[in-house]
Amino acid sequence: MPTYILKRFLQLIPVFLGATLLVYFLVFSLPGDPIVALFGDKPVNVAVAAKLREQYHLDQPFWIQYLLYLKSIFTFDLGQDFSGRPIATVLGEVFPVTARLAIMALIFEGVFGIVFGLIAGLRKGKFFDATVLIASLVVIAIPIFVLGFLLQFTIGVQLGWAKPTVSSAATVQDLILPAIVLGLGSFAYVLRLTRTSVIENMNADYVRTATAKGLSRFQVVRVHILRNSLIPVITFLGADLGALMGGAIVTEGIFNVPGVGNRLYRAVLSGEGPTVVSIVTVLVLIYCLSNLLVDLLYGWLDPRIRYDS
Amino acid sequence: MTDFITLDPPADAAPGRGEPVLEVRDLSVDFGVDKKWVPAAIGLNYEVRAGEVLAIVGESGSGKSASSMALLGLLPTNSRVTGSVKLAGRELLGANEANIRAVRGKDVAVIFQEPMTALNPVYTVGAQIVETVRLHNEVSPEEARIRALRMLDLVELPDPEKAFRSYPHQLSGGQRQRAMIAQSLSCDPKLLIADEPTTALDVTVQAEILDLMRNLRNKLDSAIVLITHDMGVVADLADRIAVMRKGLIVETGTAAQIFHNPQHEYTQALLAAVPHLGQGGTDATTEVDVTAALAAATHAEILSIPEDELIRRERENAAALAAAEAAKPKGEPVLELKDVAIEYPKQGRVPAFRAVEGANLVIYPGQVVGLVGESGSGKTTIGRAAVGLLPVAEGTMRVVGQDISAAKRNGRQLHEMRRHVGMVFQDPSSSLNPRLPIGESIGEPMFLAKVAKGAELQHRIEALLDQVELPRDYRNRYPHELSGGQKQRVGIARALSLKPKLMVADEPTSALDVSVQARVLDLFQNLQKELGFACLFVTHDLAVVDVLADRICVMQRGRIVEQGTRDQILRNPQEPYTQRLLAAVPLPDPDKQRERRELRAQLLSGAS
Repeated sequence: MPTYILKRFLQLIPVFLGATLLVYFLVFSLPGDPIVALFGDKPVNVAVAAKLREQYHLDQPFWIQYLLYLKSIFTFDLGQDFSGRPIATVLGEVFPVTARLAIMALIFEGVFGIVFGLIAGLRKGKFFDATVLIASLVVIAIPIFVLGFLLQFTIGVQLGWAKPTVSSAATVQDLILPAIVLGLGSFAYVLRLTRTSVIENMNADYVRTATAKGLSRFQVVRVHILRNSLIPVITFLGADLGALMGGAIVTEGIFNVPGVGNRLYRAVLSGEGPTVVSIVTVLVLIYCLSNLLVDLLYGWLDPRIRYDS
Repeated sequence: MTDFITLDPPADAAPGRGEPVLEVRDLSVDFGVDKKWVPAAIGLNYEVRAGEVLAIVGESGSGKSASSMALLGLLPTNSRVTGSVKLAGRELLGANEANIRAVRGKDVAVIFQEPMTALNPVYTVGAQIVETVRLHNEVSPEEARIRALRMLDLVELPDPEKAFRSYPHQLSGGQRQRAMIAQSLSCDPKLLIADEPTTALDVTVQAEILDLMRNLRNKLDSAIVLITHDMGVVADLADRIAVMRKGLIVETGTAAQIFHNPQHEYTQALLAAVPHLGQGGTDATTEVDVTAALAAATHAEILSIPEDELIRRERENAAALAAAEAAKPKGEPVLELKDVAIEYPKQGRVPAFRAVEGANLVIYPGQVVGLVGESGSGKTTIGRAAVGLLPVAEGTMRVVGQDISAAKRNGRQLHEMRRHVGMVFQDPSSSLNPRLPIGESIGEPMFLAKVAKGAELQHRIEALLDQVELPRDYRNRYPHELSGGQKQRVGIARALSLKPKLMVADEPTSALDVSVQARVLDLFQNLQKELGFACLFVTHDLAVVDVLADRICVMQRGRIVEQGTRDQILRNPQEPYTQRLLAAVPLPDPDKQRERRELRAQLLSGAS
């Protein structure tokens, strides 16, 4: 097992290098001059522009820029963004907010998706099942920004149950509505995945064995159906954590959440290579780590996988 | 119900004692299909006493499983059960859920067919037994653990502690079934329902599990209901037998009555259909006597048969062997393996696995060679390599005159070779494309090989359907509209469509019911005689090759351990492994089966 984990960590190295290189290259090849853009409508001061170019290594060829950036990562000095604040500080501000948002969304979709999926699976073909299936289809079909604005307007503005926008502190209470919007799409997938998995396991021979042992319906479901059904669901949830962290741009935009998505969007627009790459690299690492976590969980849930590797 | 025959067992012959543990009266089971009730079992009456084994025998669809699952209310919700089921005088049908639950696992335990899927793969064997014990007994986890270990010991698992900690996939099939039996017995059930307990197992493992059940029956005082389609399994274990067909019990009686004097024609047909060793002797009068052959080959003593009887049987064997020596005319080999090793290629992190090593095998035109062995012995691997589905790692393999050992995967050479080779697969349901009418499935090889098209193709398809004795208008049917036996006929027709010189048949009948299997084997034999193709017949069933094969190769752990003419292998087996395999084949005859069991015990004790 330790060698397996070590191996997985070593696999992070090429992923890290590849992701940074690719993102850096993409930002580098964005059209327009970020320094010129920095002056906005004002006339460009050539001396200042040259100084800024030197400061951000923009006068160097691509490879040198990239290597200098790598160096800055390994010396834990990520430099400054265009407004002059250290990038490390920026990361420290935005990531906790988005992490809070993503984890709340994950809990929402996990708990509700599994509970609803389990009930629907156990009552296959009944009224509850049909209703939930149709509702989940609707949720999957509607784009997230439509759902976001809709919920923001009805729940936030008309009913006043939650604040329509998020304060700069982005407290847990502020984030409830955005988290639900963020998690809705995945919630529908989790629900359907759980339902299918439960239906499949209900007909398994070992469930019949469990009934033949004399276990009650509740015990059969809890001990024998649920755990076996959760294996594919956990995989999805783990992979989804990474997607939620990076994919919150739309939701953060709607609710004005001061998180990763907002900052990343601005950095891309202004061509701030180091900021973009720094944020994306952290996202890539989170993605890899959550996948590693899933694999370990997988082994814990399903011994057949644990012992075969 | 005019054909309902009941033979009341004579009082002294009944092995059970006292009041019946289980009393079933007028038990009917219906399934709701398309808003109609379709009967699965009709008015069943039987009873089982303590210490008695009642076998319910029948083919698939006879209602034997459905009626037994109904005893415990284990049927799906679209079923309806009527009648009366009394366990030690207490009515089970219509009892409330809590009462039924208290009975399940405690008073009545069930052993299922497929031990891999019947145990939950994510819990250890120990945890699952402890769960059962603690459910019905107020004991501490530690006491439950001790009880579970004792049960695992009782079912003769070599290392109970280790088995306790193991997950189901870490045990072999036989060990899993032992663990399942241990779980069933953990609460001292009054009644044990065993639903095809050995069907999924190899014959030697099957023999061990049957031995175990026999021992347990003597040790414990449970009544046992044994559900099976295999008359051989029943012969040695059952005290009484109920034969079921289409939801009705057509005949009941003691084991001796059923086997020696079957009254109902269906019972007679069922017994006749069971393939057993000795059917395929060179002439019909001299039966292959495996018992005598084994006794002679191993110098084992059999206490239950007189000496001169054994000598007489052995003399018959010798005469038959000599007759078999007259070998058939040979020619250019159709399939030739020289020191062949076959590997499953490396896949990702899974290293290459060598499934067959040093195999030598020759099949001449018109010859049928049976390749037998237990699961994992590599017999299917050879069959797949012979049609180029697996690469040859070492040695040379010639198929229909071509050396394919170095042939490129999916290359022209293999393509060419496959025109002369037909293959019949094990599972007819999954080897036919469900979205193609069977006529197209049969015609596809001819169409692809460009040997026929248009009207000519249709004509050939009809001729093939005639050959496998299917009506011509079946050509437009889809596989799901056909029964298992019919589907396998289609599989055979497809394999024959290019008039192959070599046919590779991979367990073509093992998924079929015995009576269907007998008819398909009959057909196969006739076609082989008529068309004269050579055949590599892969099977685990020695009785099947006895009927079909000219030569037999016995495989064990990737190696061919013994080969020879059918009579050499069956009348004079030399390898201990072959002897064990032969001794493990159950016989549909209680007396002979007892002889065989004694012999097997001696072989095993001699080996250790």
